[in-house]
Amino acid sequence: MNQFVSEFWSLYIGVISVVSIVACAVFLKMQSVRKPVEPDTTGHIWDENLQEYNNPMPRWWAWMFYLTVFFSIGYLVLYPGLGNFAGTLGWTQVGQLEEENKAANAQFGPIYDKYAAQDVPAVAKIPEALAIGQKLFLNHCAQCHASDAGGSRGFPNLSDKDWLWGGTAEAIKTSIAEGRRGVMPPFGTVLGESAAKDVAHYVLSLSGTASDSIRTARGKEKFGEVCAACHGADGKGNQQLGAPNLTDKVWLRGSGEAAIVEQIAKGSNSQMPAHKDILTPAKIHLLTAYVYSLSAPPK
Amino acid sequence: MAQPSLAENNNALRSVTPLRTAPQDAGKRGESGKGEVVETQLYAADKKVYPRAVSGWFAAWRWGLVWATQLIFYGGAWLTWNDRQAILFDIVNRKFYIFGLVFWPQDIIYLSVLLIVAALSLFLFTAVAGRLWCGYACPQTVYTEIFLWFERVIEGDRNRRIQLDRAAWSARKLGLKAAKHGVWIAIALWTGFTFVGYVTPIRELWAEVLSFSTGPWETFWILFYGFATYGNAGWMREQVCIYMCPYARFQSAMFDKDTLIITYDRERGEPRGARTTSGERAGLGDCVNCGICVQVCPTGIDIRAGLQYQCIGCAACVDGCNQVMDRVGYPRGLIRYSTQNALERKFTPAQTLAHAFRPRVLVYAGLVWAVIIAAVIGLYMRVPLKVDVIRDRAAIAREVEGGDVENVYQLQVINASERRRMFDIEAMGLPSIHVDGETHVEVQGTGSRLVPLRVRVHVQPGAVARGTHRIEFLVHAHDDPGVFVREASIFIVR
Repeated sequence: MNQFVSEFWSLYIGVISVVSIVACAVFLKMQSVRKPVEPDTTGHIWDENLQEYNNPMPRWWAWMFYLTVFFSIGYLVLYPGLGNFAGTLGWTQVGQLEEENKAANAQFGPIYDKYAAQDVPAVAKIPEALAIGQKLFLNHCAQCHASDAGGSRGFPNLSDKDWLWGGTAEAIKTSIAEGRRGVMPPFGTVLGESAAKDVAHYVLSLSGTASDSIRTARGKEKFGEVCAACHGADGKGNQQLGAPNLTDKVWLRGSGEAAIVEQIAKGSNSQMPAHKDILTPAKIHLLTAYVYSLSAPPK
Repeated sequence: MAQPSLAENNNALRSVTPLRTAPQDAGKRGESGKGEVVETQLYAADKKVYPRAVSGWFAAWRWGLVWATQLIFYGGAWLTWNDRQAILFDIVNRKFYIFGLVFWPQDIIYLSVLLIVAALSLFLFTAVAGRLWCGYACPQTVYTEIFLWFERVIEGDRNRRIQLDRAAWSARKLGLKAAKHGVWIAIALWTGFTFVGYVTPIRELWAEVLSFSTGPWETFWILFYGFATYGNAGWMREQVCIYMCPYARFQSAMFDKDTLIITYDRERGEPRGARTTSGERAGLGDCVNCGICVQVCPTGIDIRAGLQYQCIGCAACVDGCNQVMDRVGYPRGLIRYSTQNALERKFTPAQTLAHAFRPRVLVYAGLVWAVIIAAVIGLYMRVPLKVDVIRDRAAIAREVEGGDVENVYQLQVINASERRRMFDIEAMGLPSIHVDGETHVEVQGTGSRLVPLRVRVHVQPGAVARGTHRIEFLVHAHDDPGVFVREASIFIVR
């Protein structure tokens, strides 16, 4: 709660607030008791002949000023404001947020809970559930995976049948709840420029893309030594490690020789954040069903 | 005493409109009153105004407007249209229903048009005839009039009320006061209830009220508006106009010497004085100094002192004075609607009327009509469909198999009509541009849908340059070719 560097500032603000309030009240009292003026006009004259009449304000006007003074005292007693004093109500912004979240969960929770009991493939066939799932997706996922779930460079496409970590309901749910961390180590120094190119050509050949046959042959050897540990001897990847399948035409970090060489040389480090602290289990369940439905459309 | 010199000042500087005349008891306010500096209060206890009942041409107009505005206000909330409340400002769902029209927050332009028309009309009416709004149609005046009527029925007219307030507390006084405040509070609560009934469906609200189950905010606002009505119309009255209303203060900027204002014909009336029993004039003017014009005034001023900022232009003094003039056999119109020029330069009514058509009035009138006509045309041409295109920022441009470039968009399709509709979406503006996936979307009546869309372009070498390209989305209703919207966006090729 204490955001001040030293106690001094807390005291400083407290003293200024209290003194100001007291001064306001004293000033009001001084001003409203008696004021020596010329009768009828204030004595001011502008533009040769414009005079201001002295019309006393109604007394209730003064009471309104006093009311603001009492209000500010009450406010500073109940709510935080006087330096570090937290107020007798114990109100905080975080507390209010938590309360509102609690109320919202209580209100909307049943809508999500309705689907929590059914398994993911079943929920993925209910249009109403998918509509809610889509809204959740647009709020929490679309920033990286795009609003059509098609992904972008570095962020996997969730609408195709190619999965880094597995496309089963359980795997998708784990990805959302626990997050994922995919590491491709850099091999630039290990392989050297030419060998990296060779490997890239071999990788291209896996998906049937035109490549240099000599480099492909040399690359195949290196691939077995360096890459097969994660991507598999056949290059089909390993969903335990999140190692992508290299034999399809899905390129997470750009297609073509140059992009692949760069990926081999520099590696990459990607992270899917965990959402279990952000979303309730019921929401994650719905979200899983939505993502699941994208690659397994209901028949 | 400074008072005489001030009166001289008023005569010498006739072009200066006095803001307020010197009060009669100015000398008593100070303790000495002998010319030296006098001490006075900065704040003064306010004097209660007891307006006397008045009838006549202008009072009838005011009552007509009281009935008209209140029938609309209290009745309007209960009208139904197409199985829903005809006038409902659904703030929670951000939809505003006015009979056949449904306004969305995006239609805020119509609200600004309404406010512009209201402001310009105020300028126009004020330039022509002063504070017409204040005197006849302002809720402060209207509710004060209603509250005063009940006060009069229960406590009696001005003198009875003054006596009652001066009298010691008795069972009768307590009974009358309780009856008056009871009626006032009932009207005020009904007003608060009606007000909230424009924001939350009034029939449901009524059922809630009957079962004491209104929500916390509904309860708060009913009581809040009820309290405001009771306080403003019952207690504050003219003080709202004098101390709180900003319009009262800037109206002087809209007056000129040809503006119709409530005037006292000083030349005809002065010197004022009571007639003798034989009815002789004895050199006096037409003003018999009966004080009726002061007694009927809802702000408690004396119109004979000239134009004052407290005057709300209600013409009660005109009605009051005319009755007296009839009784004493003088012509009506000692206090009347007239202009400064008409009084000073002795215009005939025809001349006064001719001066009403002066440039500023014509300009105001022209502007009001121009805005109204533009708004009506705008409403008539309004398409009950709105589309917002939101480009996805996550995927700037995606390469897909076959060398296509794909951009992703979200289309917010808002169906502003009240029936379920099917919309077709097309993308245009680049060769081979097309929407990949579903192009028909169904949106329920007064609903909106966020539609993610993939748009693809075949990029043959040289056909489409790298960079940004302007494209357009065309969304049109399946059942009505007249209902369509074009929205521009950009397509990025890299």
